[in-house]
Amino acid sequence: MSEEKKQHRKPIESGVPDPMQFMHPVLKANFGNWDWHERPRPGVLHHVSKTGEDIWTVRAGTQRQMDVYTIRKLCDIGDKFAEGHVRFTTRSNIEFMVSDQDKVEPLIDKLQEAGFPVGGTGNSVSVISHTQGWLHCDIPGTDASGVVKSLMDMMYEEFVKEEMPNRVRITTSCCQINCGGQGDIAINVQYTKPPVINHSLVAKVCERPAVVARCPVAAIRPAMVNGKATLEVDEKKCICCGACYPPCPPMQINSRESTKLAIWVGGKHSNARSKPTFHKLVVSNLPNNPPRWPEVEEIVRKILYAYKDNARDWERMGEWIERIGWPRFFELVDMPFTHHHLDDFRGARSSLNSSAHIHF
Amino acid sequence: MAKQKHKTVLLDELESGPWPSFVSGLKRLRDSDDKKYAPMMNDLLGQLEHSYETTRGFWKGGTVGVRGYGGGVIPRFSEVAEEYPESKEFHTLRVMPPAGMHYTTDFLRKICDVWEEHGSGLIAFHGQSGDIMFQGASTENVQHAFDGLNEIGLDMGGAGPALRTAMSCVGAARCEQSCYNEQKAHRTIINTFLEEMHRPALPYKFKFKFSGCPNDCVNAIHRADFAVIGTWRDDMKINQDEVKAYVKEAGRKYTIDNVITRCPTNALSLNDDDTLEVDNQSCVRCMHCLNVMPKALAPGDDKGITILIGGKRSLKIGDLMGSVIVPFMKLETDEDFERFTEFAERVIEFFAENALDHERVGETIDRIGLPNFLEAVGVDIDPNMINHPRTNSYVRTDDFNEAAKHWISRKKERAEGKDNIRDDFVAAAE
Repeated sequence: MSEEKKQHRKPIESGVPDPMQFMHPVLKANFGNWDWHERPRPGVLHHVSKTGEDIWTVRAGTQRQMDVYTIRKLCDIGDKFAEGHVRFTTRSNIEFMVSDQDKVEPLIDKLQEAGFPVGGTGNSVSVISHTQGWLHCDIPGTDASGVVKSLMDMMYEEFVKEEMPNRVRITTSCCQINCGGQGDIAINVQYTKPPVINHSLVAKVCERPAVVARCPVAAIRPAMVNGKATLEVDEKKCICCGACYPPCPPMQINSRESTKLAIWVGGKHSNARSKPTFHKLVVSNLPNNPPRWPEVEEIVRKILYAYKDNARDWERMGEWIERIGWPRFFELVDMPFTHHHLDDFRGARSSLNSSAHIHF
Repeated sequence: MAKQKHKTVLLDELESGPWPSFVSGLKRLRDSDDKKYAPMMNDLLGQLEHSYETTRGFWKGGTVGVRGYGGGVIPRFSEVAEEYPESKEFHTLRVMPPAGMHYTTDFLRKICDVWEEHGSGLIAFHGQSGDIMFQGASTENVQHAFDGLNEIGLDMGGAGPALRTAMSCVGAARCEQSCYNEQKAHRTIINTFLEEMHRPALPYKFKFKFSGCPNDCVNAIHRADFAVIGTWRDDMKINQDEVKAYVKEAGRKYTIDNVITRCPTNALSLNDDDTLEVDNQSCVRCMHCLNVMPKALAPGDDKGITILIGGKRSLKIGDLMGSVIVPFMKLETDEDFERFTEFAERVIEFFAENALDHERVGETIDRIGLPNFLEAVGVDIDPNMINHPRTNSYVRTDDFNEAAKHWISRKKERAEGKDNIRDDFVAAAE
C-alpha cells in the first residue's frame, strides 16, 4: 500500500519551458535587437545585431523521426562546432548557431560527412512537412516518412541549392484531414470509394449519432442489418472523404484498390505579395505504391521543374500559375483537365471565372 | 535468446539515396541488443513492413494517460499484435518543447536518456502541432516516461478536444523582422490556459500559433484557430544608402520588376536617384520588399499584432483561413499582455459555450455569422475585417442610423483620447 502510494507522483504543471535557458548566448544577448541578415551560401544564415554582433546559422535536413543515436550524433556535432546550442525549424530542419565564422565551414563539412544535407534556406525546396502515416497513425491511407524520404532523395539537389524562383514548401498527408497543411505542392491521400462497413461492430464501437453528424454531406443514416443497429451510407451522396472513419473504425475507408493519392498546387501560408491561398487539385487517382511511390515522384518532379523553368523570380507556385493561367499550367505539366477540377462544394462559385479574362 | 529479425524487404529500399533514412534509424534501435527497446523495435519494423506490403495501417486508439492529466498521450494498440507482440502497445507522448524550439545539447541528451530508459528510442522533432513526439511506449511505461520528462522540466502537450500545443517562430531571438516577443506571448497564453490543455473539456481542438511578422513562418493563419501575427502601423524604416547599394548590385530593371512592381498595393516607387519612395498608408505589410532588401528595409517602431481567428483544414465545412478579428493591438507592456490574455480567454470561453461537438471555432463563426461572434467576444467592427462590404441587398437596415452613430462616436472617442488609447482594439465589453 505504501509502495503504491509512493508511486503516485503529481505532475509538475510547468507548461511551455522557457527557451532562454537553452538559447545560444549570442541570441539571448541580442534578443529583439537584430538589424539585418544575409545568406552567404545555401544552408547558412548570417544575422547581424544592432550592436554589430554576428551569428551564423547552419541549417541541415533531418529525417524528423529520429533515433536516439541520430540525436546524439547531432549533439556531438553541436558540441564540437556550435557551442552546444541547437534549435529546430517548423519543418524539422536542425539549426546550429555559431558565433565564430571560422567554424562554419568545418561544421558544414562535418554535417555532410555525417549524412545531414546542409540547405533548406532561401529559395530552396525545404523539408517536406511530415505527418505520421503507417508508422504511428490510427487512420492512415499511406505512409508519411517513406513518401518524404523518396521525394527528398529526388529533390536533394534543390534542398542544398537555392535555385528556385522562390521558396518551395511541400506537404504530405496520409488522409484527407490533411495534417500536412497547405503546400506549393501537396501530396495527399484521396479516397475513391465509400467506406466498407462491418455492420456487426458498428453498434459496439461507434457513437452513432456523432458519426451521422460528422458527415459533411449528410450521407450517413441509422439502419438495422441482421437485427443489429448499425449505420448505412447513401453511396450516391457519399464524397468519400473518410470523415466517418476516425470516429467509427468499422467504416473502413482504406483499401489497396481505393486509397489513392492526389497532387495539389499553389498553397501558400505567407502574406508576401499575395494573400495566403489554399492549394488546388492537379491530379488524382495516383497509385499508393510503396516503398517509393514512383508515379507520385514523377509528377512532383514535372511540376517542380515546370515551375523552376518558367516562373519569374519571387513568384511562388500559385502566383506563377495565377500569371500564366491554368490552361497553360496544365499544358506545361502535361496533365489532363477534368470535371473533377471544378469545385462543387460550398462556395464553389467563387472559384469560377466570371469575366472575359481568358488565357489563349 | 534474441528473436529473429523480421525481414524488411520493402523498407530496405528506403535506406538508399542521399536523404537521411528513418529506416536506418529504426534499425539502429532494433539492433541495440543491450537495450530494452530492441525487441519492440524489431516488431515495430515487422508491422511497418506489413503495412508497406498490404498498404494498410494497423494501429487503433484506446485510452491511456498519466495521473493528473486527461490528455496528451496518443494511445496506439496494434491490430496485428499476434504477429508482432513486442510492439503491441506503442503509445505516443506529446510533449511541449521550449518556445521557439531552442535546446542545449545537454538537454537533448537528457531527453534521450529518459526515452531510452522508458520508451522506444524514437523521437520526432517535431509534430505538426509543434510537440516533441515520443513515439513508442508500452502502457506500463507511459507514466514512467512522463515522470522522467516532467522531472527534467518538460510538460505534456495537448490532444483531443482541448487546447493544443502552440508554436512560435524563432522571432526576436534571431530575426530582425520580429514585431513582438513571440515566445512571451506563446508562453503567456499556453501557461495561463494549461487547464484547458491538460483536462480536455472543449467541444473540439483549439490551436494558437504565433508568428513574428506577416511572413507567418509557423503557418498560423491557416493552421491555427487563433493566429497572432506581428505587424507595425507606422512607416517602414528605410536606409536609402542600402537601397542604392541594392539597386547598384541588382540593376534598375531587376529592382523594378522584382521589388517595385511586386508590391500588392502599388505603394512603392523607385526615384530617379535610385532611392525608394514608400506610400506607407497604402502599404499592407506583406513583407515582400523587406524580404528582398533586408539590409535596406525594416519594420517601423510602432509594433504590435494582428489577430486572425478561425483557420482550419477541410473537416467539416471545407478549408478556412483565419479572419481578421483584431486588426492591431499593442503587445509590449504588462497591461498589453493582460488585455491580450483576457481577450484570448473570452474567445476560448465563447468557443467552449457555443461550439457544437467537433466544431472548430471557424465553423462556429461561419454558422452564426461574424457580427454575432464579434458581439460575443466584445470586439467592435472594423473595415480591416473584410475584403469588401456586402454586395447583396438582402439585409434589413432599419437601424442603420443608430449603427452609424455608434461608429461616429467611437471615432470621436478615439480621436479625443488619442494619448490614452494604445491601439484600435476597443473591446465593447470594456
